[in-house]
Amino acid sequence: MNLGVKSGSMPSSSSHGSTQQFPAGLRVLVVDDDPTCLMILEKMLRTCHYEATKCNRAEIALSLLRENRNGFDIVLSDVHMPDMDGFKLLEYIGLEMDLPVIMMSADDSKNVVMKGVTHGACDYLIKPVRLEALKNIWQHVVRKRKHVWKDIEQSGSVEDGKLQQQLPDDADYLSSANEGSWRNSKRKKDEEEDAEDRDDDTSSLKKPRVVWSVELHQQFVAAANQLGIDKAVPKKILELMNVPGLTRENVASHLQKYRLYLRRLSGQHQNALNGSFMGNPEATYGSISSFNDLELQAYAASGQLPAQNLAALQAAAFGRSSTKSVVSPLDQRNLFSFETPKLRFGEGQQQHMSNSKQVNFLHGIPTNMEPKQLANFHQAANSFGINMQVGSHGSQGNSLMMQMAQPQSRSQIQNDINGSYVSRLPSSIGQPVVSNGTSRVLTRPVYNQVSQTSPVAGFSAQHTTDLSRNSFPLRGNSGISSLASKVIPREETSMQIKGPQGGSNYDVFTAQQQQQQHKSQDWNLQNSGLAFDTSQQANMRGNLDVSQSTLVQQTFLSRDAIEQSRNSSVLPSVLLQQGFSSSGHSSSSSFGKGIFSGVEEIGHRNVPNIGQQLNAYFTDTSPRVKAEMLEGSFYNNILPDQYDQEDLMSALLKHQQEGIVTVENDFDFDGYPLDNLPV
Amino acid sequence: MHRRLASMRKSLLDQGFLDEQFIQLEELQDDSNPNFVEEIAASYYRDSARQMLNIDQALDKFPLDFTKLDNLMHQFKGSSSSIGAKKVKNESTQFQEYCRAGNAEGCRRTYRQLKKEYATLKKKLEAYFQLARQAGPLETASRPK
Repeated sequence: MNLGVKSGSMPSSSSHGSTQQFPAGLRVLVVDDDPTCLMILEKMLRTCHYEATKCNRAEIALSLLRENRNGFDIVLSDVHMPDMDGFKLLEYIGLEMDLPVIMMSADDSKNVVMKGVTHGACDYLIKPVRLEALKNIWQHVVRKRKHVWKDIEQSGSVEDGKLQQQLPDDADYLSSANEGSWRNSKRKKDEEEDAEDRDDDTSSLKKPRVVWSVELHQQFVAAANQLGIDKAVPKKILELMNVPGLTRENVASHLQKYRLYLRRLSGQHQNALNGSFMGNPEATYGSISSFNDLELQAYAASGQLPAQNLAALQAAAFGRSSTKSVVSPLDQRNLFSFETPKLRFGEGQQQHMSNSKQVNFLHGIPTNMEPKQLANFHQAANSFGINMQVGSHGSQGNSLMMQMAQPQSRSQIQNDINGSYVSRLPSSIGQPVVSNGTSRVLTRPVYNQVSQTSPVAGFSAQHTTDLSRNSFPLRGNSGISSLASKVIPREETSMQIKGPQGGSNYDVFTAQQQQQQHKSQDWNLQNSGLAFDTSQQANMRGNLDVSQSTLVQQTFLSRDAIEQSRNSSVLPSVLLQQGFSSSGHSSSSSFGKGIFSGVEEIGHRNVPNIGQQLNAYFTDTSPRVKAEMLEGSFYNNILPDQYDQEDLMSALLKHQQEGIVTVENDFDFDGYPLDNLPV
Repeated sequence: MHRRLASMRKSLLDQGFLDEQFIQLEELQDDSNPNFVEEIAASYYRDSARQMLNIDQALDKFPLDFTKLDNLMHQFKGSSSSIGAKKVKNESTQFQEYCRAGNAEGCRRTYRQLKKEYATLKKKLEAYFQLARQAGPLETASRPK
């Protein structure tokens, strides 16, 4: 609802700004329960030539932000508000939308200011707020964007393609002026191009924020889990993730948000995943895909997905239930209990801002579809974009699922999840996607069957597919994690071979894959392996961990991813799951990078070993992963065809081609089914 | 008329009834909002009246809930400071300090003082705005820095 006055809330609402020079036209959302203050602030912002939207309640502000993902550049919020604590709102915004938030209060005591800092506020203004102070708030927007851009640029366009969805957000942020067009231009795969565009438009102010795509988030979660959520420090996480272009600061801020998120989730334990799980339809979450794994599981649990599937997935995936990862509250909920996962996930989701919705999203679908489908679904979800959105819209969950289901069904049909996989996973793997990590397991099987990874690919990065993949056979730790784990800590790269872990998966896959295309599978595995490995390693040592973390990650990521990736369709996330579904989101780009790294590594390392495992593993994910991970080398083969997100995928593929060539060789990825995917 | 307005404004500032924030508000006033400051003041008096009622009620309870009083006063202080009501704001700060010290008598005493300042300012602002309306918007906005 547009409470605000103007708010253009529309992503490219900045139309007004377009005519003005940045920072003019900056879209500010100001939240304060005091009407006098609100009036004054609005007037001051207008005087600064900003577009101000007033809001006197935090809930309303949140819905405004959710409805208009790219509608605002920055948020000003009072600390003391009757309906919701300002810091809580700050948390939500940071997690869901990753917008810069400035806190205000008449209270200037150090501990309150410190609280603002620790919760991630960009700045803290003491009331009464002066005009001069407001004049400079644009710097926070630029700063955030810069971080995003940096990652994007570094990751090299792969994400861009994916980001498409996400980018728009960024674009919006950057400069209301450029908005609309900005984003579009961003979509083009090239970051550089976009960056250039952006620069032109906004005078390089508009650097995209780091988009935490599902994949990236998964990678992050995997890394964090590996380190142990308590001991996870940004520096180490950064190292583990090994995502080019990602800075320690990015990780640090994301970690903070993640912690808050986890805290929230554990509090929410079982909130009704089911409905709300679906999260926001706004699918902008490109990250949905990443989320998918986690969410899927969660969702699956939530009942959306057939419990059995979920269970199967989870069992397969997690086998270990080691959710040790940070996600633990989540993981536990989601991952293993495959009943619970849904709850958990749902809860987390729901609470989390209806992220669960997203999860549900997957759930719904998986049931119908085999894991592959799920994966596809995810991908499809990407297309839905909305569905996947993991977060914030609880109600959407259902719809999302439906939506997802739709795409999936399509993909499934296409992919033809050959059931073989299904057999693997006890329940319809479809869930895998959902399951936190386990989805990997599921996904895999599906994947294999599906015609060559296509399921995943087909969906275009919808993570869902990936998820499903995860669930499958990967069992071996890696299996699960890899798929789901989007970004599985790169260190894993060797994951591929996780063999023993993944081996199991592989088996599943192999069987299935054989039909499909070994090559692709191998690659997929690799990719997925990578993905999983990283995640697996980090998380699951047992597989489950990975899945869990993945799931969690996904969930978490989804949320964020969704927010960020709004632009990019789920695709990227899907890829992540599989290996790195290149979530369209912008974040995916950065993430994709991460994935790539992971993939690359996998390729190198285990290619030979993993091949088997990976094959199985990858098969599912590979299509996706490949796209992403492969820096383009093999992906090209796979993706483009199937995914809806062709753009993203192709972008990814292109990138991958360069990168992962190694993998290709080993796996013979060319044959990767992606192309074949029934899509 | 304009000169009277300017001198009235100066006197309010010098006496500490208003502070720089008030000046900022006046600077925000422009042709699109010719009575901006007056509107803000009206909004302030509306809200603060409500807030003071809450504080009155809280002060009537026994024993006093200092935390709640502190929070209520915090809100009130925020409003007052946003309009530039300096003396009122100072009393609010004092009140909060007594709350934190758990000093009931100090709270009540300060609150009485606060109310007095509040009423005084209100009267003065009413006179000010009346003059401002007579003087015309230009004058109000173009106040010498």
